[in-house]
Amino acid sequence: MGAPWRTPERRRGKLAALSIAAMVILVGVPLWWKTTQTYRAWLPVAQINELAKLQLQLSADVEVVFARGTATPEQQKKVPVTQTQDEDHAVDEADLSLHRLSESPCGSLVIYVIPESSSLLPENVNVYIGQRRTALLRIGAQMKVGKTLKQLLAHLEPRVKQILQVMSFSHNDITAALSDRVRFSPDNKESIADSMRAFKSSPGYEITFSLLNPDPKSHRLHWDIEGAVQTYIQPLLTKLSPVANFSLDSQILYYAMLGVNPRYDSSRSAYILNADSLAHVINPVEARLGSNAASSNPVLNFLLYVPDAHHSPLYIHDHKKREVQTNAFHSPRWGGIMVYNVNGFYQTGTNFPVDVNINMAKVMGVFLAQLRLLLGVQSTAPPSSFQVAPCGSSGLADWELDRLMWSRSVENVATATTTITSLAQLLDQIGNIVINDNIAQQVSSAVTSLQLAVAELEVGNLGFALQYSKEAILASEKAFFDPSLLHLLYFPDDQKFAIYIPLFLPMCVPILLSLLKIVSEVRQRRREKQAKKD
Amino acid sequence: CSARSFRFTTFLASLTQTLTLVVHFCLVFQDSAGQFFSSGHTNNWAVLVCTSRFWFNYRHVANTLSVYRSVKRLGIPDSHIVLMLADDMACNHRNPKPATVFSHKNMELNVYGDDVEVDYRGYEVTVENFLRVLTGRLPPSTPRSKRLLSDDRSNILIYLTGHGGNGFLKFQDSEEISNVELADAFEQMWQKRRYNELLFIIDTCQGASMYERFYSPNLMALASSQVGEDSLSHQPDLAIGVHLMDRYTFYLLEFLEDIHPASKTNMNDLFKVCPKSQCVSTPGHRTDLFLRDPGSVLITDFFGSVRKIEITMETINLTDPINSGNDVQTENNTYVDQLPVSEIIHQKPKQRDWHPPDGFILGLWTLILLVFFKTYGVKHLKHVF
Repeated sequence: MGAPWRTPERRRGKLAALSIAAMVILVGVPLWWKTTQTYRAWLPVAQINELAKLQLQLSADVEVVFARGTATPEQQKKVPVTQTQDEDHAVDEADLSLHRLSESPCGSLVIYVIPESSSLLPENVNVYIGQRRTALLRIGAQMKVGKTLKQLLAHLEPRVKQILQVMSFSHNDITAALSDRVRFSPDNKESIADSMRAFKSSPGYEITFSLLNPDPKSHRLHWDIEGAVQTYIQPLLTKLSPVANFSLDSQILYYAMLGVNPRYDSSRSAYILNADSLAHVINPVEARLGSNAASSNPVLNFLLYVPDAHHSPLYIHDHKKREVQTNAFHSPRWGGIMVYNVNGFYQTGTNFPVDVNINMAKVMGVFLAQLRLLLGVQSTAPPSSFQVAPCGSSGLADWELDRLMWSRSVENVATATTTITSLAQLLDQIGNIVINDNIAQQVSSAVTSLQLAVAELEVGNLGFALQYSKEAILASEKAFFDPSLLHLLYFPDDQKFAIYIPLFLPMCVPILLSLLKIVSEVRQRRREKQAKKD
Repeated sequence: CSARSFRFTTFLASLTQTLTLVVHFCLVFQDSAGQFFSSGHTNNWAVLVCTSRFWFNYRHVANTLSVYRSVKRLGIPDSHIVLMLADDMACNHRNPKPATVFSHKNMELNVYGDDVEVDYRGYEVTVENFLRVLTGRLPPSTPRSKRLLSDDRSNILIYLTGHGGNGFLKFQDSEEISNVELADAFEQMWQKRRYNELLFIIDTCQGASMYERFYSPNLMALASSQVGEDSLSHQPDLAIGVHLMDRYTFYLLEFLEDIHPASKTNMNDLFKVCPKSQCVSTPGHRTDLFLRDPGSVLITDFFGSVRKIEITMETINLTDPINSGNDVQTENNTYVDQLPVSEIIHQKPKQRDWHPPDGFILGLWTLILLVFFKTYGVKHLKHVF
C-alpha cells in the first residue's frame, strides 16, 4: 500500500507549509501589531480621575483684635489678647495706622472689635471695611458686663462671618466661579448678571482705549492718553499683576459715527440716546476697531465718543428716562463707551476747528469703574449697616484684590480640572490618536500644579494658590489645544476590512489551505492506523 | 338673523379685546423680566464654509456669500466671522463680470460686495482646517482672524454648503467629513465650553444625515433635504452660464432680507422657510438637543449681534494730576469734506422691469402658426416660405 504522505517531497512540502505558517503567526502577526500601534505616552490617569472629584477646601486666616472696652477683664484674661488700642482719630486714619501695625499677607483679614460707645463710626454703621485688609466691627449693645466669653464669641461669630462673606468669599461667589461644572441655580438675578458680565479667567488681557471723533472739521481733540494711563490705569494693573498680564494700546478714529440717530429733546435742548437704542450702537463701530493679530487674549475696548457739533450735547437716558450721571454705558464681556460733550468749551460762532483738551481725570474715572466691573472686581452691594472705604488711588482695595484672587483661583482650578479630565476621556475613547511625549509632560505638570493649588487653598496661602492654579491652567490648555491631537482618524470597521483584505487574503489562503490539507492527512493516517489495528 | 349676527360680532369683539389685553400683559411682563435672561449669550460668532471648487459650483460660493452678507448686515463684525471659500468665483477666468458674485439672475444682487474678508481660501479649506477651527487646535502662529475665539457665552452659527451624501460632506472633491467626526467635534467644543448655543445649517443633498449623530447639548440643526433626497439649485443665469444659488439658501436669503437688528422673528419662522412646494426637497430640522423652546429663540440671537447693555452708574473720583512726560504737540490737519461711511452692504436687489416669462413669445407664435395651419390647411405653408 503506497503511503502518499511518506514520500520525501510530500514531507518537505508539509514542513515548508508548517514553517511558513509558524513564521506568519509567531513573527508576522506581532510585527504587524507593533508597527500599526499608535504611540501613546503614559498619562497619570488614576490621579486625573481622583482630581475629577474636585473637593475644594478654602480657608482664610482671620485675626480678631479686641479694642479696650469691649471685653471685661475676666474675658480678657481668658482670651490671648495681642494688643489693645485706644484711638481718637478719624476712622480712615485709624484704619491706616492699624494696618501698619500688622501687615497682613494676602488672603487673610484682621478684624478689630471696638466698643459700642466708640465715636469712630457714625451712628447707623456697625462695620467699617477699610482699604487694606482690615475691618472695624462695633460690638453690640447687649455685650456688657456679666456675659461669659462663650456668649461673647457666640455673639461675634455671625457678624464676623458676615464680614468674611463681603471681604473674602461667599457661597454664591464660589458657586459662580465653578459655573462650568456646577449647575448654577439662579436664585438672584444679580449673580447671573455678574457671572455674565465679567470676563472669564485668562492669563492675559488686552485693553484698548479709542477716541472717536466723528467731526474733525469742528473739533480738534487733544487727549493725553499716555499720561492718563500712566497715572490712573497703570497702578490698578500693577496691583492686578498676580492675576493676569495686561497689554494696553490706544487709537484715535476719525469719521466714526454711532449707528443710531439721537433724538432731539427741545425741553432740554439736547440730543438724547435712549437705553433701548444703545444696544445697536456698538456693532457699526466694532467693525472699525482693530485688535492685535498676534495674541488670542480677550480684548476690553473703552471708547470715548465726542459728538459732532450738530448733535451736541448728547446725553444718555436710562430705562426710566432719567439722565445718566456718568454719560456712559458698558457691555458685558466687551467694554465700555462714554460720551463726552465738548460744546461747553467754546462759544458758537468761533472759528472751526476748535482745540479741545479732554479732561482725562473725569474720563479715566468712568473707565476705571467700568474696568473694575468688567474684570469682576465689583461685588454685590454690602449689607446696609456696612460702610466701605473708597478705594484708593490705585482704584482697588486690598480686600477686593483678595476677593478676586479667591474666585480666580477656584475658577482656574475648576477649569483646569475639567480640561484635563475631558482630555483624558477623549484620549481614552479614540484609540488611534497619537499622544506625544510633550503632551504627556504637560498633562503631568498640570496635574502636579493642580494638586499643589488645592493644597495651598486648603492652607490659605492665597498667593501661592493663585500662582499654581495659573500654571495648571496654562499647562492644561497647552495640552488640550495641542495641534497634534487631531482625531481625523475615524475609521469605520468596514473601511478597515476593505484595506486589509486585499493585502492579507491572497497570502493567507494558500497557507490555510495547506494547513487544512496537513490536518486532513494526519486524520486520515490515524484512521488507517485505527483500521489496521482492528 | 341680524340680531344673532350682531351678538356674534359683539362676542368676537370682546374676545379679541381680552386676547389683546392678555397678550399685552404677557409682553409687558416679559419686558420687565430683564433682557439678560432671554438668552444667555454676550457675543456672536459665525463659521461659514463653502466646500466645493470649480466654476460649475458657483452656486455654493454664492450661497455662502449671501449668508455672510446677511450676517454682516445684522451686525456681526468680520473679526467674529470665519469665512471659508474653497474656490474663487469672483476672479475666476470664466466669470464674465469679474469681482462679482450674483445671487439673483439678471444680476440683481451682488453678494460679493466691497469688503469681503475671506479667512480660509482655496486649498486652505480642508477637513483638517475646518475641524481645527472648531476645536481650537490651531498652530500657535495662526493669526487672530483665522481663529474661532468663542467662550462659554457665545452663540455660534455654522453654515455648510457643498456636495454631500448620506452621512458625509465632500470637501474640495478629494476628501470627506463624516457626521460622526462632526458630532465629535461639537462634543469637544462643548467639553471646553466653547459655545453657549449653536445653530447648524447645512445646504447639501441628503443634508439631514449630517445632524443625525449630534449628541451634545444646546445644538439646533437645519438641513435643506432629508436622507435620500437631493437639494436642487434655483435658477441659472444665461449670461454667466451657471446656476446661481441653491433653492434653500435662496429662500433663506429672501427671508433674512426682511430681518433687521431689532426684529423679533423667532426660529419657528425659520423652520418654515422653503416648504416642499418651493424647494422640491423637504427641509428638516432638529431641536431635541436644544434647551430653550425654539419659539422663544430670536433670529438675531444667531444671525445678528445684539449686545446686552448696562448703564454705568458709578465713577471713581481721581484727583492726582497727570504727570505727562512729553508736551502735547498741536498738529494742523485739514480734513477733506467726507460723507459719513455709509453701510455699503445695504443694497437691496434692484427691481427690474417686468418681462414676460422666457419662451412665452416663442410659444405664442408657435400657437398662432399651428392654429393658422390647422384652419387653413398645410398647403398654404408654401406661401409662407
